[in-house]
Amino acid sequence: MNGRATIDVSGLPDHAFGSRSIMWWMTVCVIAIEGTVFLVTIASYFYLQGNEAAWPPPGTRLPGLQWPTINTLILLVSLIPNQLAKSAAEKEEMLKVRIWMSVAALFAVGFVIVRTLEFRHLNVSWDSNAYGSITWTLLGFHTFHLVTDLIDTVALLVLMFTHHGYKGRRFVDVSENCFYWYFVVISWLPIYAVLYWAPRLL
Amino acid sequence: MSAMETTPYALPDSDAEHEQLQKTWGPRRGPFSWFSQIDHRTIGRRFIVTAFVWFGLGGLLAALMRIQLAKPNNTFLSADQYNQIFTMHGTTMMFLFAVPVMEAVAIYIIPLMLGTRGLAFPRATAYAYYMFLFGGTMLYVAFFLNMAPDAGWFNYVPLSAPQFSPGKRIDIWAQLVNFTEISALTVAVEIIVTIFKQRAPGMSINRMPLYVWSMLVTAFMIVFAMPAVMVASNYIGLDRLVGTHFFNKAEGGDVLLWQHLFWFFGHPEVYIIFIPALGMVSTIITVFCRRKIFGYTAMVLSLVATAFIGFGLWVHHMFATGLPQSGQSYFTAASMMIAVPSGVQIFCWIATIAMGKPEFRPPLMFVLGFVAIFVLGGLTGVMLAAVPLNLQLHDTFFVVAHLHYVLIGGAVFPLLGALFFWFPKMTGRLMNERWGHISFWLTFAGFNVTFFPQHKLGLVGMPRRIYTYLPETGWGPLNLLSTIGAGILALGVLCFVVNALYSMKRGAIAGSNPWHAPTLEWATTSPPPHYNFLHLPTVSSTEPLWDHPENAPVVTGLALKKREVLITRLFDAEPDHLYLYPGTTPWAFLSAVATGGMFVALLFTPWALPIGVAIATTTLLCWFWPSSPRDEGEAPEQP
Amino acid sequence: MTFVTFFAGSGIQSALEPAGAHAARIGRLWDVFLIISAVVWLLVMIALFIALARRKREETPDGAARARTTVSIATAITLVTLAALLVASVLTGRAIADHAPPGTIQLKVTGKQWWWQVEYDDPDKSKRFTDANEIHIPVGVPVNIQLHSSDVIHSFWIPNLNGKQDLIPGHDGSIQLQATRPGIYRGQCAEFCGLQHAKMALWVHAMTQSDYANWLTAARQPSKIPSTPEQRKGEEVFMSSPCPLCHTIQGTDAGGKTGPDLTHFAGRRSIAAGTWPNRRGYLAGWIVDPQHIKPGSQMPPMLLDEGQLQPLLAYLESLQ
Repeated sequence: MNGRATIDVSGLPDHAFGSRSIMWWMTVCVIAIEGTVFLVTIASYFYLQGNEAAWPPPGTRLPGLQWPTINTLILLVSLIPNQLAKSAAEKEEMLKVRIWMSVAALFAVGFVIVRTLEFRHLNVSWDSNAYGSITWTLLGFHTFHLVTDLIDTVALLVLMFTHHGYKGRRFVDVSENCFYWYFVVISWLPIYAVLYWAPRLL
Repeated sequence: MSAMETTPYALPDSDAEHEQLQKTWGPRRGPFSWFSQIDHRTIGRRFIVTAFVWFGLGGLLAALMRIQLAKPNNTFLSADQYNQIFTMHGTTMMFLFAVPVMEAVAIYIIPLMLGTRGLAFPRATAYAYYMFLFGGTMLYVAFFLNMAPDAGWFNYVPLSAPQFSPGKRIDIWAQLVNFTEISALTVAVEIIVTIFKQRAPGMSINRMPLYVWSMLVTAFMIVFAMPAVMVASNYIGLDRLVGTHFFNKAEGGDVLLWQHLFWFFGHPEVYIIFIPALGMVSTIITVFCRRKIFGYTAMVLSLVATAFIGFGLWVHHMFATGLPQSGQSYFTAASMMIAVPSGVQIFCWIATIAMGKPEFRPPLMFVLGFVAIFVLGGLTGVMLAAVPLNLQLHDTFFVVAHLHYVLIGGAVFPLLGALFFWFPKMTGRLMNERWGHISFWLTFAGFNVTFFPQHKLGLVGMPRRIYTYLPETGWGPLNLLSTIGAGILALGVLCFVVNALYSMKRGAIAGSNPWHAPTLEWATTSPPPHYNFLHLPTVSSTEPLWDHPENAPVVTGLALKKREVLITRLFDAEPDHLYLYPGTTPWAFLSAVATGGMFVALLFTPWALPIGVAIATTTLLCWFWPSSPRDEGEAPEQP
Repeated sequence: MTFVTFFAGSGIQSALEPAGAHAARIGRLWDVFLIISAVVWLLVMIALFIALARRKREETPDGAARARTTVSIATAITLVTLAALLVASVLTGRAIADHAPPGTIQLKVTGKQWWWQVEYDDPDKSKRFTDANEIHIPVGVPVNIQLHSSDVIHSFWIPNLNGKQDLIPGHDGSIQLQATRPGIYRGQCAEFCGLQHAKMALWVHAMTQSDYANWLTAARQPSKIPSTPEQRKGEEVFMSSPCPLCHTIQGTDAGGKTGPDLTHFAGRRSIAAGTWPNRRGYLAGWIVDPQHIKPGSQMPPMLLDEGQLQPLLAYLESLQ
């Protein structure tokens, strides 16, 4: 079947940003999946809490507040270079993309380093009791997706320093990577509240 | 820059264009090329065949169970064998057949129906397929090593907890869940993105075929349901592997947490299986009644409503656990109300049939069989939603009958009809109609003889998952009848499979649109070329091929030497921009090997996690790194 | 009508032959659902056949409008029917929940892999006693049963008397039984609980109130002292074998708690949780090779010669 030509698309651009791009939609789907994982885990947390008269259970110390709070600040500040990288990508300004992505990646590295201290100061082991299990798992899930995103970011950053980076669609990838980082930061806030404030306030 | 509306002109036939597109989109040649294929038709076909292999194995297991139960005090199977087999049967059918086969058909059909060159993220499709293949293989290897899971497909704790199920059996179940859910989620994301962004110009959201709608709704349900079971199966894996206490009541764990998480996934799962089938039914009724579906908007709203309500029913699997009364009434009401959207669809189909001109060909026969069986299954579902009845019927053979009425009747019958219908598109040849009718009547009769008596068995006290029973229970005769029915059902499925295998080589040549169907998958040759369409079609209604049987309006201007696809806008599907698909690659396969290897190694040591993640990350970086023109969507240099 | 008669069932383990107040209520609700469902199914099938057989005319806008009306009416009827069924269901649910005030008789049933332990409570400690795999209740009196599990999830289900209730470790539940006529009813674990889930049955004896009173008096007594030399020999065999490590016989030194209490063993209908009738041949087989009858059960095989086995059987049969 040959058909009748009615539309000529040869003049269309070869990339687009935001909700026009398929990368954006993929990122949204991944966010939906991971967001559901976090919600289910947080729901489990409160379900298990409902069974206990005291939370954390007697004999278990509260998790240390210092490192996670520092980490929360690191994450919030990281939104600045992240947004600058995103805007630069959407304007396709290579130099700024390289600079701000590098800065954002450094923040992420810093966060991961502080995260190890956070684990050390949870003051409970995953095999002590159900409280310890769910605390480690929730923090573990967040760390896992943080680390995968960091690897992803670094790989993309290296790519942006090669000739491959000069394609328009690579700027789309950078923009989506920055978009995803917003999710990493925003999803951390409820997890931070649950892990470190729920045992103190509820 | 934007798409140009051109004055319509007829396009010449161009062999050169075909040839160039073939070079751009065709498979890589070479000894290992099988592992680097990524196009949606190849992967879709493999996916369907693999799912049917698991279906066959799951069916054989069912036959073994029916033989064991044919008479009281039978010793054909031991208790341990029976428990492994019923667990394997449920696990196979739910995780390795029902959801994957629905996604598999969609992988093949959806891009064609949307009028695009492929499924978004083609390499991920291949990855999803291999994860699915490896997961199923792991499960069956374990089965043949007498290490199959034996705590049911629902895997309730504490029976599956380390103190009551030592050994690796349950760990294998938990890892299988990871394999299949990663696969299912990956495909779901691709389906959503493809449907949102790669529809033919003009296929605005209100012109999407109902099958496309059904897959869109299904994919969203997968996105929100599957994470719950992955989280739960990781809890049980952690409890078993590193000594966490999620389900250990001595340390503050709770066994009902498992049931909530499992059924938060498990109930939507039923609709994930059933909603694609609804799309298939609408497709077949449209074609074989020669009339567009009556009540398109009502049908779409029903699908969406089913999906939403489907997430609010999970507790009706847990009525016997003794939850508070007020909560139970809510779940009863919701479980009954989900019958309304199903009812609306049934009524709309009947109206379509009444106003159309039905042709009694095999696909329509399977759909009519579906209506008879599914309505009955829906009604028994309403019974199970009533708490007092549920307390008698729960975990009895009545439920076994009910779930097979809704899953075989509600999903497998439409699926067989749809495969008969799409077979010519996939293979270029038609299946034999006479044998199609024979296989329909055998499956229909066999199905009802097998499962109808089981309603009664449940009412007279026969619980599920028992490997034997005593003669004085009086369950013998109906069980024997059920076993005979299973034989007839198996014969019917066998006829269908043999018909398909025979027709693949010897069937009548189909041509591009043998059924005179209205949707875009029939606007190209059968089977379609690697690039699906020479020129992408455009549409102006839900039945484009009925509008323009000849000389349909098409798109021009897509590159021939690059894997270029057209991205359209979300709602109105106006052309927006062009996007380059990556080319064939072995790295999707190798990444699946790395992730799969990690999952298997995790059965034995938690250290597999860091090591496995390192290896898998390496393979994924190789996958994404553009190292050749092929990775950037350019046509490979021909030698 | 064959459809309806097909569902008129009978049996000692049947929801269709209620012998209890709760099961009778549920049975009436079942009748309502069954009839309405049958009618709905038939109506849909008739509509489908009419649609298929209809002589087609050219389509008119009028026809589409009529179809719209028909579909709307059918949907409305569906809604009303479902609402009516919902009301019926909720009313029945309330009725069976509030059917009786907390019973005077308190029992505790514990599910174990794979048998049932039954404890009869009493304010007077000396009147408490333990039984296994059989429950005795008086007709017409509500009986409150506390449900408990210490291993995996089981489900307590006597279909002739009431629906089922799960026994969940960490979540104690309860269920009420109120038999309306004397009889013997069978029940069986309804939640998959491992290897021998199929062989975990129990019997409920619903007795007249006077029979029940007599039974209760007897059941509170310790076991009878062996009266024949053979029985006395059997008792020696029992006490010198591993048996007392797991089984209790009130009035003797045997005080094991792992297995069923055997104080009034001879009065039971069946052995191995409803698996075999309680007769000498079966009992001998069970003692010598329980793993053949019920693989995985906690009962170990007893290596006894004929000179030990026969007296042991005689002793066990004397435990009235």
